Amino acid sequence: MRQIIIIGSGPAGYTAAIYAARANLKPLLIASSVEAGGELMNTTDVENFPGFPEGIQGPELMTKMQEQAERFGTEVVYDDVTSLELTGPTKKVTLGDGSTHEALAVIFSTGSAYRKLGLSDEERLSGHGVSWCATCDGFFFKNKTIAVVGGGDSAMEEATFLTRFAEKVHVIHRKDTLRASKIMQDRAFANDKIEFVWNAEVAGITGADAVDGLRLRDTVTGDESTLDIGGLFVAIGNDPRTHLVHGQLDLTPEGTIAVAGRSSKTSQAGVFAAGDVVDPTYRQAVTAAASGTVAALDAEHYLTTLPKDLLAKASESELAAAN
Amino acid sequence: MTARAVTDATFDQEVINNDKTVLVDFWAEWCGPCRAVSPILDQIAHENSEKLDIVKLNVDENPALAAKYQITSIPAMKVFQKGEVVKTVIGAKPKPALEADLAAYLA
Repeated sequence: MRQIIIIGSGPAGYTAAIYAARANLKPLLIASSVEAGGELMNTTDVENFPGFPEGIQGPELMTKMQEQAERFGTEVVYDDVTSLELTGPTKKVTLGDGSTHEALAVIFSTGSAYRKLGLSDEERLSGHGVSWCATCDGFFFKNKTIAVVGGGDSAMEEATFLTRFAEKVHVIHRKDTLRASKIMQDRAFANDKIEFVWNAEVAGITGADAVDGLRLRDTVTGDESTLDIGGLFVAIGNDPRTHLVHGQLDLTPEGTIAVAGRSSKTSQAGVFAAGDVVDPTYRQAVTAAASGTVAALDAEHYLTTLPKDLLAKASESELAAAN
Repeated sequence: MTARAVTDATFDQEVINNDKTVLVDFWAEWCGPCRAVSPILDQIAHENSEKLDIVKLNVDENPALAAKYQITSIPAMKVFQKGEVVKTVIGAKPKPALEADLAAYLA
């Protein structure tokens, strides 16, 4: 048995691990098998993380966070959690390889998953012109006309990035103003390869074997129109990844994990949540990292309130594992 | 065992004219999910070496084949039998999910 297990390897998970490891709690961090490092692994320039005046590449930032967590004794496992038992003083975490790990405290920082448009043709044409990863797939749209759906920072970043390859990028947004930060908006407005389609939502995606166009619906008048494109990048936001804890932890009306006040304490004693999975509003690398700190400190405090024999059991098995 | 690399030049010999079933992993250095799924494919290759050949094709260095197979999202994993694509899996997935997708070619 461990003192603490951290689930998730984005800024929240790794920051929690840095704090927990420096508190000598020997955390086990479950990083996921194919999404280790989280959303920033598919991001290019990160310009708003303090301490990097020249900016830093998303994957490089995450590698550095991992190295920092490991330097103080975090053990990182590349697997996926398949089930969780969070009730009672001992928490059980089962992984894809079938192994079960026990801990006295769990920090849940699984982030969020890309939101889909919810159109039947989206699934059918996924990988045939419909994409969720501009950094992965932009290369295949050289000199093509493509579209990005969304109005936030991710949509602006993707649209701007995609102009390296595409001849023209239509940004389709259902309102007439953007949610994106001013600097990202200005950059997109100044880019003459980017053209905005305001007050429009995607009503349908067309194409037999590959995307060849969109049916758009005007959100004000309801009128429909078509747009010829060779590729569609979806950046309409994210939903908190909570399926592992449904029925075990209370959720908010927004679908994030409910925590007490400014703390990371969930409805279950010994379970703490951090990062995008608790945050419907800010969702930044820095706020996620800060929230990971809060979770590690809350968990550390919680552990000091537990009976000494339980803690001794956890320390003994950590020692045994180390030998 | 690490899956070996194929190129525009060796593709016919290694994939099209291969008597065994071959999975081709279309990938690139700049694709994070491709790097994440790569060790999982290596494991599957190692555990199923009698049934399935797994090879990797760098789309950046071999654009002709990426275009021929109409790759627009990577990682794209295509299973070939007798030179024909019989199955396509797109996107990085955990090992159990990939094994389920490829079950027909592993058993």
